[in-house]
Amino acid sequence: MTIKLKTPISEEEIRKLKVGDEVLLSGIIVTARDQAHKLMVEEKPDFIREYLKESVIYHCGPVVRKNEDGSWSFVSAGPTTSIREEPYQSEVICEYNVRGVIGKGGMGDKTSEGLKKCGAVYFHAVGGAGTLIANTVKKVVKVFKLEEFGTPEAFWVIEVEDFPLVVTMDSHGSSLHKEVLENSTKAAQELLVK
Amino acid sequence: MELKDAILELLRRAATDLPPDIENALKKAYEREDEGTPAKAVFKTILKNVELARKQSTPICQDTGSLIFYIDFPIGDEEQKYRKAIAEAAEEATKKQYLRPNAVNPITGKNSGTNVGINHPYIHFHQWDKSEVRIRLLLKGGGSENVGTQYKLPDASLKAGRDLKGIRKVIIDAVLKAQGKGCSPGTLGIGIGGDRVTSYILSKEQFFRKMGERHPEKEIAELELSLYEELNQLGIGPMGFGGKTTVLDVFIDYQHRHPATFYVAISYNCWAFRRKTLTIKNGEVSYDD
Repeated sequence: MTIKLKTPISEEEIRKLKVGDEVLLSGIIVTARDQAHKLMVEEKPDFIREYLKESVIYHCGPVVRKNEDGSWSFVSAGPTTSIREEPYQSEVICEYNVRGVIGKGGMGDKTSEGLKKCGAVYFHAVGGAGTLIANTVKKVVKVFKLEEFGTPEAFWVIEVEDFPLVVTMDSHGSSLHKEVLENSTKAAQELLVK
Repeated sequence: MELKDAILELLRRAATDLPPDIENALKKAYEREDEGTPAKAVFKTILKNVELARKQSTPICQDTGSLIFYIDFPIGDEEQKYRKAIAEAAEEATKKQYLRPNAVNPITGKNSGTNVGINHPYIHFHQWDKSEVRIRLLLKGGGSENVGTQYKLPDASLKAGRDLKGIRKVIIDAVLKAQGKGCSPGTLGIGIGGDRVTSYILSKEQFFRKMGERHPEKEIAELELSLYEELNQLGIGPMGFGGKTTVLDVFIDYQHRHPATFYVAISYNCWAFRRKTLTIKNGEVSYDD
């Protein structure tokens, strides 16, 4: 069964989610990747605080179009690899009261601890599904650091509708990525002794 | 058609129109997965996305990759002409949102905004004795590039020696380490022998082979097939969610090596395997997958 969620999300709501749950996410979320995460940990800027509170970070560097009226549209916007944010993620979640992180590939133990401690989950989007996901972006609300960081690295504040996701790390310490890693390692060991 | 416009169209096709052999491989993978699994859902989303991107003429994946060109040109032709046309086409394709700006200065951190920068787009030139021009293009995403790797045999930790058995072991190890991070199911390009640089070059060139196209030498072709079977037993599946398809194909080639070195370079292409070819013959422009 698919669960519908809309930001802002309460801690109680997020803690109900379990690994394997399929989610359709709506509401305001914020894209942030490498430079943004470095900045959030090193300088803790306040400009992004109101958009992140009880909201969701999306690891994404989109292709965008500037419309004639000066507004922006998302053209292609799939997830980027999340593990690069592993050094920063847990601190960002707790500092900015974030309820979820969307990306691909999963994250490590440090992030898992952060999800548990501060009440958040890791949502997995389908990597490479750039056009399909961009079609769920209804509006670009605001953009920060566009000039300095460039299009892929800027903070894009967007409104999404029915963004398809799977919970692969929950707020109780479970991780689908850990499970698949353990099983595939076992399978590889059997192949390697042949 | 002007050269720049022909290359612009090549870029558009590569970014938005997945080659049919790749799409077919993904369809087969979808059919193999069990109903109600995350793997099945992923393949369904992937196939829907491929169709939408083609219809809307928007990038399949927002990471439109590094632009890697392979140009075969006739004697008497000049490289400069192609360099200029490619830079202009890349800039225009970026403006038209066929491409995301993907050229970043590593010292200043500044994105050029045009996909043009130092040694970017990357162009391999090769002169041939035909009168036509062939321009082959790979758009290769950064996530899949990051899981590519190079082994030096022997590798003590894997008990991998300087033979086909050892080569098989390091390939299994590389796919295990990649998990779902390179946007699995991936396609592997393997370059055996050569030096540090040429082994990677050979591995990337394998990506111009079509799905199911086996190496002409029986021993290598068999290794490709057996690795395809074995790697799909790892259970990593699409996006690393678990599942029956971890790789779409394995392409291997080799070249002579120095007696002291034995490299195995492994390039990983994501499921959004974007390649297209442009041929200009007697002024006529044609495109192929």
